[in-house]
Amino acid sequence: MPETVDLSINTALVRRILVGFLRREIRRAGFDRAVVGVSGGVDSALACFLAAEALGPENVLAVRMPYRTSSPQSYEHGGLVVAATGVRERTVDITPMVDAYLERYATDASPVRRGNVMARMRMLVLYDHSASFGGLVVGTSNKTEILLGYSTLYGDSAYALNPIGDLYKTQVWQLAAAVGVPEVIVHKPPSADLWAGQTDEGELGFSYRLADQILYHLVDLRYTPDDVVALGYDAALVQRIWERVRRNHYKRLPPPIAKLSHRTVGYDFWYLRDWGT
Amino acid sequence: MKFTIALAQTDATLGVVEANLETHLHLIREARQQGADLVVFPELSLTGYIVQDLVPQVALEPHNADPAFTTLLEASRSVDVVVGFVEADTRYRFYNSSAYLSQGRVVHIHRKVYLPTYGMFDEGRFFAWGDHVEAFDTRFGRFGMLICEDFWHVSPPYLLWLDGADLLLLPTASPGRGIVPARERLDTARWVENVVQAYAGLFTVFTALVNRVGYEDGIHFWGGSALFGPDGTPLVQAPYHEPALTLHTVDLRALHRARARLPLLRDERTALFQRELARILSRRDLPHAPHL
Repeated sequence: MPETVDLSINTALVRRILVGFLRREIRRAGFDRAVVGVSGGVDSALACFLAAEALGPENVLAVRMPYRTSSPQSYEHGGLVVAATGVRERTVDITPMVDAYLERYATDASPVRRGNVMARMRMLVLYDHSASFGGLVVGTSNKTEILLGYSTLYGDSAYALNPIGDLYKTQVWQLAAAVGVPEVIVHKPPSADLWAGQTDEGELGFSYRLADQILYHLVDLRYTPDDVVALGYDAALVQRIWERVRRNHYKRLPPPIAKLSHRTVGYDFWYLRDWGT
Repeated sequence: MKFTIALAQTDATLGVVEANLETHLHLIREARQQGADLVVFPELSLTGYIVQDLVPQVALEPHNADPAFTTLLEASRSVDVVVGFVEADTRYRFYNSSAYLSQGRVVHIHRKVYLPTYGMFDEGRFFAWGDHVEAFDTRFGRFGMLICEDFWHVSPPYLLWLDGADLLLLPTASPGRGIVPARERLDTARWVENVVQAYAGLFTVFTALVNRVGYEDGIHFWGGSALFGPDGTPLVQAPYHEPALTLHTVDLRALHRARARLPLLRDERTALFQRELARILSRRDLPHAPHL
């Protein structure tokens, strides 16, 4: 057995920091409300619970956006989150919009392309509700998927701020259980639910528990890949994960701007978003 | 000799000196009403911490010609004030500074001598390096001031101790990080508190940590400002994560008792230290010799 690190967290402490983050940063941007795409999965459930606690449930809009191939169970689990938090809810069936595009312009699209169209359609719906509801879009990506690049660029990776992006998937499970996310959501196999039977771990080819250990050593503890292998992890897997992190780095950064002037956004124009607030 | 110190654990509006000045004046009044003789604010309390390209815009010259300092100096007539700000010198070098104000005048300015420029920190890009570590006399006794990263290095507190400081004022803006393994406190809180407590015991001095709270983008400041006595005893601590004004009456006679029991200051062999340091620094050929 490879050596492991106990990734468990002080959930009361982390909850306090994340709820404060959402409250303070949403308000200083000039908003009192938030919009969360609630899929029925554990990440968006946790984000919704934290947002409800930060702003009050009446100030949070959960948007459920099923497609015709989405699992009915996912939709029901989204309903459990709405019921448990008391947030407002809106269901937007994205089937007609997605199919209008796919049937007219992309009949030959692969499952991945179709999944990306769905993810970006959900982004469009969320941002329109951001405007109509007057709330910021809260992100639901965790650290594991951000590092692995397991997301759709400008789809689920698009949001105004993200409370859970520095928590590994295993830590999301722990915090979700602590804040009261229904057990059936915490304990089910993670799935992007973009096509029937899809599971994250099946598609990625490794378990989150294993990936989190490898990523924690590589990223947080700054181990080299060789040092991680020396702990007893499979060399090919460590290499594959680290290569995924490298290859998908573009998803984590704003796109590069070709520099011409003496002062260019992205290189020498340094201000936080919180500038002046 | 007794006096009352107030640890002003504040949040900040990023880059808006006037707004932060209002908070300072309010807390100074509040502290005075509660009987404080000295109010200490965190690092860069007048500007916020991650000021980046705002540095030249928010920089102040700490004298009576500056409106913010005029106001603060006026406030310091009734209670001493330590304030964190971006300092512009006469040749427009910008420092991360803290000023000790008393009786309407600037008693001392410390310019941060260790600018963290690694990992999440980028101070060396925006600030000039301070070049002095000096204790100074106040109406309560001889104090020293260090800002955040300054006291992650052991030499500045050591120098202040030798220079006569009996109380170290430690304004800081410590971003909270480190949640694994699960502990009661963040890694950073645990480390900073341990260090500040250790200095109190090692140097038989008072140490006053004043950390800020709030958020800047995704970065969180954890508060937990604390005062330790000269035997390392925790005297008072502000809450974590929320603004607070925490007062404690310091009995400087505790120095007498601590040093009667534990004469570390009496026995400190400064000549030996100087001799050995000179030898170490002269041997630049050694692989372990520090750079100059």
